[in-house]
Amino acid sequence: MSVFLLQRLGQALVAIFGVMTLVFFIQRLTGDPTYLLVPETATQADIEAMRRSLGLDQPLVVQYLNYLWDMLRFDFGTSYVQNVPVTQIIASRLPYTLQLAAGALFVAFVIGLPVGLAMAIWRKHRFTNVLMGIVLGAQSMPTFWSGILMIMVFGVWLGWLPPSGSGSFAHLVMPSIALGLLSMATYARIARSSILDEMSKDYVRSARARGVGTGRLVGKHLIRNSLIPVISISALEISQLLAGAVIVETVFAWPGLGQLTVQSVQSRDFVVVQGIVLLGAFVTISVNLLADILYGVVDPRIRKGGKA
Amino acid sequence: MIALTATWRRMFRPQAGGGVPVGVFVTILAMMVIVAILAPLIAPYDPNTQNLLGRLKPPGTEARGTYYLLGSDELGRDLLSRVIYGARVSLSVAVLSVILSGAVGITLGMLAGYRGGWVEVVVMRLVDIFLSIPAILLAIIMVAVLGPGFVNVVLVLALTRWPRYARVAYGQTLAVSNQPYVRLAKAMGAGPFRVLFLHILPNILAPLAVVATLEFGLMVLFEAGLSFLGLGVQPPTASWGAMLSVGRNYVSTAWWIATFPGLCLFLLVLSVNLIGDRLSAYLNPKSR
Repeated sequence: MSVFLLQRLGQALVAIFGVMTLVFFIQRLTGDPTYLLVPETATQADIEAMRRSLGLDQPLVVQYLNYLWDMLRFDFGTSYVQNVPVTQIIASRLPYTLQLAAGALFVAFVIGLPVGLAMAIWRKHRFTNVLMGIVLGAQSMPTFWSGILMIMVFGVWLGWLPPSGSGSFAHLVMPSIALGLLSMATYARIARSSILDEMSKDYVRSARARGVGTGRLVGKHLIRNSLIPVISISALEISQLLAGAVIVETVFAWPGLGQLTVQSVQSRDFVVVQGIVLLGAFVTISVNLLADILYGVVDPRIRKGGKA
Repeated sequence: MIALTATWRRMFRPQAGGGVPVGVFVTILAMMVIVAILAPLIAPYDPNTQNLLGRLKPPGTEARGTYYLLGSDELGRDLLSRVIYGARVSLSVAVLSVILSGAVGITLGMLAGYRGGWVEVVVMRLVDIFLSIPAILLAIIMVAVLGPGFVNVVLVLALTRWPRYARVAYGQTLAVSNQPYVRLAKAMGAGPFRVLFLHILPNILAPLAVVATLEFGLMVLFEAGLSFLGLGVQPPTASWGAMLSVGRNYVSTAWWIATFPGLCLFLLVLSVNLIGDRLSAYLNPKSR
């Protein structure tokens, strides 16, 4: 177990280091990143001063090492547009994105898992095809379109929910559904195939032969045993949600990290964009690591050997 | 010819249990491709001609000699013509970025699997690193550096998505590179590129085709998403994503602006995803 864990931890650290390096090189795709960092009104003298103050007149290797050192101290720089440390800007927006992600995950779980279970148990039923159609539709639905449609119907025509903004629980409902629909479809499909897989195994047949009813079979055996694919998908879904938040937050004017990303790109506040990308990668890597650890908890077979 | 009609008929055969036959989606996709290619012939008006006296007209109205079948946008441009031209942007960005990322990813993935050693380590670590940044964030940071526009969007999408192909190509290459026919080709003196592209590639194309189909749908969504955020194809070029973003601003007064481009986007992505789904089920009989 501990060898496996250490190995995974090492891989995660390598990945984080790689991401920081990649972001550093993306910055330099155009040559001189000073132009990314100065506001549009800057004069040539401003640019020169900025270049020197950032150490961009030094050799690339020195710049790279400086950058890594900053990152290790969690110093993500200061926004030149707002003149506030990036960590502070991100921290002020993070709670909103966390609320939205939690709402979306809730929608995805509460709808997706039962739908997947139903599709697996009543596999031959005609209604299952309708469900599958809805799931496939949800998967192909662009979040910005479903978001706008919801605003139109529930926000404008029916007036049930506030069309955009934040401040109350009601504000959170539509963005959560828009963001959660895609993950809902994924959960439903994964749950379906994983439960179907389990249902074809011998232990299910013998449990049935012993006279175990469907309800008990599902509750005691199937759900627990089909959890592994669901967990590994959750790791993927959480980073998907972070990415999806960029668009959903723009549609609903939700003041989280996604909206911050778009605003920062528009105001050419590159340091903030960079901070968000690093945070996104860090979350993705940690969540994947966590999922691998959780497998071991759920499934003792993995704890003993290498990979399943 | 007979084989072709047989395939055609099979595509429209009712699915077991009453699902929609895949032929319907192939037809939708084909129609969109035809509309995109023939856009100048099909579109009733120029997509960029403004008509300030015909702004925000609902579908089916006429203003100053222009008949707006799907209504007009905030500058009085004909929405139908813009939707038709929008298909060009969506499809061309998706086709180009799939070809580019596929070519890069498949080549690198095959090399990593075939060569092993440091090539394998470097390529596969790079794949891990690229895949640990959420794709849309990676695309956004690159657009922020390179600037928006058609060419940059294609480049950014290709740079963001090649690891998906590389990972599949790598695994498949590993699986076939010890097959007798590959060893025979090597024994007969075939160089690495000949082996890779003439002997290995044709045998690993099936799973790659599935990845490419699903990626195609994703690329359509990414282009629309970037354009929606103002980071994609720039105005006045008609892009469904950018039209949705305008529609978002007029959501309470002009429902049609967001509805029709969104519907086209949805139908396109749905068709591509379903075709990919069926393709993967067809090529992989175990999952049926």
